[in-house]
Amino acid sequence: MDPYEDPPLLSLRGFSKSFAGQVALDRVDFMLEAGSIHALLGENGAGKSTLIKTMTGVVPRDAGTLCLGGVEIAPRSAAEATRAGIATVYQEVNLAPNLSVAQNLFLGRQPTRFGFVREREMRRRARALLAEFDIDIDIAAPLGSYSVAIQHIVAIARAVDLSARVLILDEPTASLDAHEVEVLFGVMRKLAARGIGIVFVTHFLDQVYAVCDRITVLRNGRLAGAASAGELPRLDLVRLMLGRELSAATAVRTPAAAGGDVLATFAGFGKAGYVAPFDLTLRAGQVIGLAGLLGSGRTETARLVFGAERADSGAAVVAGRTVELSSPRAALDLGFGYCPEERKTDGIVAELTVRENIVLALQARRGVFNPLSRREQDEIAARFIRLLDIRPPDPERPIGLLSGGNQQKALLARWLATGPRLLILDEPTRGIDVGAHAEIIALIRRLCAEGMALLVVSSELEEIVTYADEVVVLRDRAHVARLSGEAVEVSAILAAIAAESPALRASEAAE
Amino acid sequence: MNFKALLLASAMTAAAVPGIALAQDLTVGFSQIGSESGWRAAETTVSKSEAAKRKINLKIADAQQKQENQIKAIRSFVAQNVDAIFLAPVVSTGWEAVLKEAKEAKIPVVLLDRDIDPSGKDLYLTAVTSDSVHEGKVAGEWLVKTVGTKPCNVVELQGTVGASVATNRKKGFEAGIAGAPNVKIVRSQTGDFTRAKGKEVMESFIKAEGGGASICAVYAHNDDMMVGAIQAMKEAGLKPGKDILTASIDAVPDIFKAMAAGEANATVELTPNMAGPAFDAIIAYKTKGTVPPKWIQTESKLYTAADNPQAVYDSKKGLGY
Amino acid sequence: MALRLPRAGLSQVGALAVILLVNWIVSPQFFDIRLQDGRLFGSLIDVLNRGAPVALLSLGMVLVIAMRGIDLSVGAVMAICGAIAASLADSHALPVVLAASLGAGLLCGLWNGILVAVLGIQPIVATLILMVAGRGIAQLITEGRIVTFTSPALAWFGGGSVLGLPTPIVLTLVMLGLTAAIVRGTALGLLIEAAGGNARAAALSGVGTRAITVAVYVWCGLCAGLAGIVAAADILGADANNAGLWLELDAILAVVIGGTSLFGGRFSIPLAVIGALIIQAMNTGILLSGFPPEFNLIVKAVVVLAVLLLQSPRLGLKLGRRKP
Repeated sequence: MDPYEDPPLLSLRGFSKSFAGQVALDRVDFMLEAGSIHALLGENGAGKSTLIKTMTGVVPRDAGTLCLGGVEIAPRSAAEATRAGIATVYQEVNLAPNLSVAQNLFLGRQPTRFGFVREREMRRRARALLAEFDIDIDIAAPLGSYSVAIQHIVAIARAVDLSARVLILDEPTASLDAHEVEVLFGVMRKLAARGIGIVFVTHFLDQVYAVCDRITVLRNGRLAGAASAGELPRLDLVRLMLGRELSAATAVRTPAAAGGDVLATFAGFGKAGYVAPFDLTLRAGQVIGLAGLLGSGRTETARLVFGAERADSGAAVVAGRTVELSSPRAALDLGFGYCPEERKTDGIVAELTVRENIVLALQARRGVFNPLSRREQDEIAARFIRLLDIRPPDPERPIGLLSGGNQQKALLARWLATGPRLLILDEPTRGIDVGAHAEIIALIRRLCAEGMALLVVSSELEEIVTYADEVVVLRDRAHVARLSGEAVEVSAILAAIAAESPALRASEAAE
Repeated sequence: MNFKALLLASAMTAAAVPGIALAQDLTVGFSQIGSESGWRAAETTVSKSEAAKRKINLKIADAQQKQENQIKAIRSFVAQNVDAIFLAPVVSTGWEAVLKEAKEAKIPVVLLDRDIDPSGKDLYLTAVTSDSVHEGKVAGEWLVKTVGTKPCNVVELQGTVGASVATNRKKGFEAGIAGAPNVKIVRSQTGDFTRAKGKEVMESFIKAEGGGASICAVYAHNDDMMVGAIQAMKEAGLKPGKDILTASIDAVPDIFKAMAAGEANATVELTPNMAGPAFDAIIAYKTKGTVPPKWIQTESKLYTAADNPQAVYDSKKGLGY
Repeated sequence: MALRLPRAGLSQVGALAVILLVNWIVSPQFFDIRLQDGRLFGSLIDVLNRGAPVALLSLGMVLVIAMRGIDLSVGAVMAICGAIAASLADSHALPVVLAASLGAGLLCGLWNGILVAVLGIQPIVATLILMVAGRGIAQLITEGRIVTFTSPALAWFGGGSVLGLPTPIVLTLVMLGLTAAIVRGTALGLLIEAAGGNARAAALSGVGTRAITVAVYVWCGLCAGLAGIVAAADILGADANNAGLWLELDAILAVVIGGTSLFGGRFSIPLAVIGALIIQAMNTGILLSGFPPEFNLIVKAVVVLAVLLLQSPRLGLKLGRRKP
């Protein structure tokens, strides 16, 4: 379809916005065609979320006009935008997990008779609505009992049913696994076929080419470029996003040594209903990758090893001694560190400064009565800000104000400050921009070369094969394959994930 | 007094005379509110001793400040077919149903210390209460008599804002000093009936009135606040009872201690003996058929340093105040 | 270092100054101070002296709230500790009296801490238990009466003085210094702010949140115990029905006025004490003003609202102030 034939469904012209003197958006234009899936890309801080917020009236814009179907509109809140036909579904679904799927779909607009909710009618309509998306679930069950993907689709179904003509999806795939992403894409394609225009914000370039037909790239608050997906090769897209050539660092696999001394061995380690018992050996100077779909037991394995969850079977031996991994504190004393997947809820303490966040684990290990002096804290913070290139380089800034990539670096610094022997990284590159991505992968390599043992959970297989010496593949909460040396390849990992072979040890988690 | 007229009227309207009973056979059930204050504890103690004096069998039910407990207690008294029921009502409304049950069982009910809503007037025999307006008036009249024609600036420590006792004691005191233009209330604040607040408010009064120099007397709605105020005066270097006169209400033991030490001048008694007059009324009603007046007002006795405060203190301190 | 006044504290100090100024206008002798029986005497001293119990409570409360908790029981704990002190004062030596009374406060705090940290009961519910039961316990100790005492040693805690300063003020200053030293001189402050700001993140960083939670409730109980002793010493008696009544709310308000969020995290000890002084300056001002008592609560509510509005970041933005 030629996008310039009809008047565009949604057109933004000259959108500008400043926060306290900082320009967040600078005369940005954006066109969305009916029936198209339009990727909105850019590094963190490029202005994607500001554009979405000004478009939907959540944040007032300084300048610019907004036309929907050729008519100028000026929504002043998300509710007004929704009424006008622009609906947004955020990464964190804004629905009530304790209400049923049907109730969520019709929240605030339940079919009623004589003032009573017509429960049966509501369920019938809910079922019909979800059937359009080929989703067949128990709509009477609480929304929270379903996967994030289903919750997203319910949110989308609700938004679309509110007569949306424009649907904005803000990083909907960030916490979905490959299969769930496919289901979501199916839904998006269906909606596009119905003439709805979709704005799709994501960090995954593969997904952009898999589902989008047009791409708009923002950089530093300005429009960096817009093109149809077919006319914009991947390398050009990355160039648009970064404004520079991507270093080759992420692409090349550097085969490491077979590893040094054994640091820790886990034998028959597991927890009923959580992760089936597994064997694992961690060596100094070696990176072990944990791969698998979301919910396969990757994060669960990491939490068991760190003592965040207590194992109920097997034994752990660290540096020749049998140890009790009863709490993160115990793991910390053994020289373990853990950067959790959910940075915001499990990682950073948003209102504390970068300095305080960095020294937290070290201080916790030293104990209450052995405080780091302010000078020691300043030195540690300054050292890691320099070492990891944390930006802005201000140790006294609340960490919540930093970008995701810089928060992740500060969390890495928190553990590096403790001088760990083993560092567990859960999705270290999730949700951060391409530049920081490469830096973190380079850091993983460097730490490994310095003799640290690393256990890395990642869903980005291309990435994992470039740095892992050994990859453990998980499926259904059990370790199902172990690849090492030359066998560490994307195709081999995929094969292991898709295979129907039994687990390495008998699986107890057959739920 | 129109007591006699009342007596007469009620005697004439009373038709049926219940059977003759001897005092020592009488059983009285008393639904007491619970231990809300020292005065309440003293009332319970005095009730027991007054009953013993008359050889009356007194059953006390502690309601722990809950109306439903009082209703339960009354029902149980009715079931036990006691000769009379005393009730110190925790609230003024919601008694119709249960008092009707007592009336149908022909058990006379006497209210102690507190009244109930006027709509329930014909559901009880009589109410024995003190008149808190009168208490205030007695205090006011004492002050007027004491200062004579000298000008006197009074500071007032009110009870809890909105409490009827506080309103009445204020009204009564104002009536008591109404005839003496030389006696004026210059400051009035609430001390919430507590010692701590009484002290705090008095401290500020002293500062606001030039170190207390322009204060001639303190009037407190209860003795507890006055005890606090006396401390405040002492800490400010003033001599309570001499530099500044004191008048308060309740007659709790601690004020007599202060009075004995010359630090307090007058208190008006809210007698804990509500049961005594009630027993007498019930005995007269049961034995002679005498119907008491609808309201038996207890005496609001004035105590001053002339009344041997140390002796009063000794007699009162064991009552549980 | 121990007593840092953050820049954000300007609005609290400013509010206190404005209230003191208003007090001076309604009562021109407000700032007059003289020596009376070797003790400083004046309205300003009254503000400090009367504000001491709430200030003491706020020293514990601020740590509890920073841990994302709340302690509703402090008023009742005051009543218990006051009752114990008054009951023992005339028959036992002062160290015994203090040990028994403060020990009871400590036990109350331990009880709350265990309910919250070990049994995982929500703080508002856990401390509600002692709030209700505690006053009953205090009434049992006093048998429903006001227990008076004459012991000059205990009376010193309310009516005595050190270098002219009334004892309650001195005690508050000492406790303020002690609390600040403990919290900021050790790593406790950082760990409280981390655990209160994000409990999960702190636990995953190896912070022993459970022990810290118990510790802050114990400290809160201890502060309440001391406040109870001061309140009993002040009136030379323990009034179980009224001692500390509703003061838990004043203490919470003081902490909130002091800029600590009920959602935990960042806290300021000195500003919590300033918050307590703001409340008391207002109370004293109302008493001095000669306003009819019916207006007390309304005036108080309006002033508190004004102070809190001053701190509201949203209002600050609307008034064109820089984002804090």
